[in-house]
Amino acid sequence: MSKRTAASLPTLRKARTGIEGLDEITGGGLPAGRPTLVCGSAGCGKTMLAMEVLVRGATQFDEPGVFVMFEENAAEITANVRSLGFDLDALVAEKKIALDYVHIERSEIEETGDYDLEGLFIRLGYAIDSIGAKRVVLDTVEALFAGLPNHGVLRAELRRLFRWLKDRGMTAIITGEKGEGSAITRYGLEEYVADCVIVLDQRMHAQISTRRLRILKYRGTAHGMNEYPFLIGTHGFSVLPITSLQLDHKVTTQRVSTGIARLDEMLGGQGVFRGSSVLVSGAPGTGKSSIAAKLVETACRRGERALFFAYEESNAQIIRNMRSIGIDLETWVEKGLLTIHSSRPTLRGLEQHLVMMHDLVRTFDPAVVAVDPISNLTMANEDAEVKPTLMRLFDFLKKDQITAVFTSLTGGGDDEGSQLGVSSLMDTWLLLRNVEFTGEHNRTIFVRKSRGMAHSNQVREFVLSDSGIELVDVYLGDSQVLTGSARIAREAQENAAAILDGQDHQRRLRQLACRRKAIKAQIAALQAEADAEAEEVKFAITQDSLRKRNTHQSTDAMAQQRGGTKRKKQ
Amino acid sequence: MSVSAHEVSASVVAFQLRLYVAGQTVRSLTAIANLQRICETHLAGQYRIEVIDLTKTPQLAAGDQILAVPTLVRRLPEPIKKIIGDLSNEERVLVGLDIQPIRS
Repeated sequence: MSKRTAASLPTLRKARTGIEGLDEITGGGLPAGRPTLVCGSAGCGKTMLAMEVLVRGATQFDEPGVFVMFEENAAEITANVRSLGFDLDALVAEKKIALDYVHIERSEIEETGDYDLEGLFIRLGYAIDSIGAKRVVLDTVEALFAGLPNHGVLRAELRRLFRWLKDRGMTAIITGEKGEGSAITRYGLEEYVADCVIVLDQRMHAQISTRRLRILKYRGTAHGMNEYPFLIGTHGFSVLPITSLQLDHKVTTQRVSTGIARLDEMLGGQGVFRGSSVLVSGAPGTGKSSIAAKLVETACRRGERALFFAYEESNAQIIRNMRSIGIDLETWVEKGLLTIHSSRPTLRGLEQHLVMMHDLVRTFDPAVVAVDPISNLTMANEDAEVKPTLMRLFDFLKKDQITAVFTSLTGGGDDEGSQLGVSSLMDTWLLLRNVEFTGEHNRTIFVRKSRGMAHSNQVREFVLSDSGIELVDVYLGDSQVLTGSARIAREAQENAAAILDGQDHQRRLRQLACRRKAIKAQIAALQAEADAEAEEVKFAITQDSLRKRNTHQSTDAMAQQRGGTKRKKQ
Repeated sequence: MSVSAHEVSASVVAFQLRLYVAGQTVRSLTAIANLQRICETHLAGQYRIEVIDLTKTPQLAAGDQILAVPTLVRRLPEPIKKIIGDLSNEERVLVGLDIQPIRS
């Protein structure tokens, strides 16, 4: 086998596990045709991991598998993995999976001379041949150490077994219990299985457990070195890389409305991008949930499916409370477009919680997801742990092009910046604030950031009323921002002033008109006077000339009478 | 030991033994020979031996939970008992099969 892999130089042949995330961090799967050791303490999911690799191999990659169990019998394991949605009975009937329960009871074993474990080889060989298996799981072979008194023989036989599995080209998973102290396994199985070692771990922190997976060793291949949280949900195992290794989400230019017209307007006039994440943060009572609920309701109105995770209120309470501001969620719940999932996030570990969200999102297939609030997820966790978890959640939602709205409670004041350090992961961040002024609290909203769109830099007043959510322009002027009744008072004052101003203008206009009339009258009078004077002058001139003519005539007449014509001849 | 050897031999075969081996190896042959010798010595007339070669009938291995070979299974009398190895240690075989040794 080793010669064969050496010949196919470029890369090691890998057997895909089909487990979300695991193929990603192993660079394509487990080493094909070689054994892999999966170890960890009790209850950390070794058997589940092994079984899922086997089932997925059989169902997705056409590689039938044999599951040899040493601790549980076939009926038990079948029942156990049914919770992951695997129907082993059917797979066994289809000859895709073979189960063999190897049981050894120390009390009924008496050693009477030389022996070997050829019986195990024969059984395994028979099971492999009966279904043409490519994968084998031994869970957990360590049980033999308890059953067989002669460990010398057992170790020799295990060494032979792993060699034999390699020779047959079986992709094998051997599970092993974690050993004391720093030992990887209790009986040193890692000695025999040296190709790939995966360590599972379950740890408690503040009474909440998280599970981790680490690839301790993977001979001949590059692999992720970190500890990766993993989850066992109803869809099986999923390993969650801290961040998606590639940021290659599909993006869309499609926009979706937030349901609040003025808010859409602030966000470049069209709302947020489909598949983007929106953070709504603010102090208590700033209306975060209302915005989230509005977004969800709007999605439902568009006929899309929406999922609302509520961590503070029960379903009934949310429906009642939102109705008070004109958001009707009940209709959509009844129509099946909306699912409200309310629980206390601290009920489970953060990881476990994430799994549940995964599962719900996966089964419900929503277009919009609201989480109200994400800050509650952190209750018992350190921020350092929450951020990667949230990051995974965001990545997951983004990958599926789900528009997500998260609310986040801040302590008020100036610590809005901290935000669990997730604001940088968000595409749009709406910041809600309480403004206290003249004895009242008013809500304001502004767009702190919004990637990929021109957005308003204005602060708006955010008004919750019976008729819904409204954004109102705040009063700006005199270098102050006023909201609420102060704004209304100010506006009233301005209105009054405006009315007065208006009246004043009219009065002046009227005065002007009057004056104009008066002047006109004066003009007319003067004109008349001038006319009269002109008449007078004309009359005088006429009189004068008439008198002169008369004088001439009388002089002439006198001269004639005196008999002289001298004057005439002059 | 309420059942006397006399009664058993008269009615049924008291000891039903099944020996699982894998192929005709030296170890297999040794085990078969040892078993026959022990039975003749201590269980004359009361036993029946069935030898199963798992290389020929591998499907039988699971039924009796065979892991090590050779394995000898005492199917009767109940309860079922199993001993492993090539049966070269006669004393242990007798203990394992719960047989009262006949003093020679």
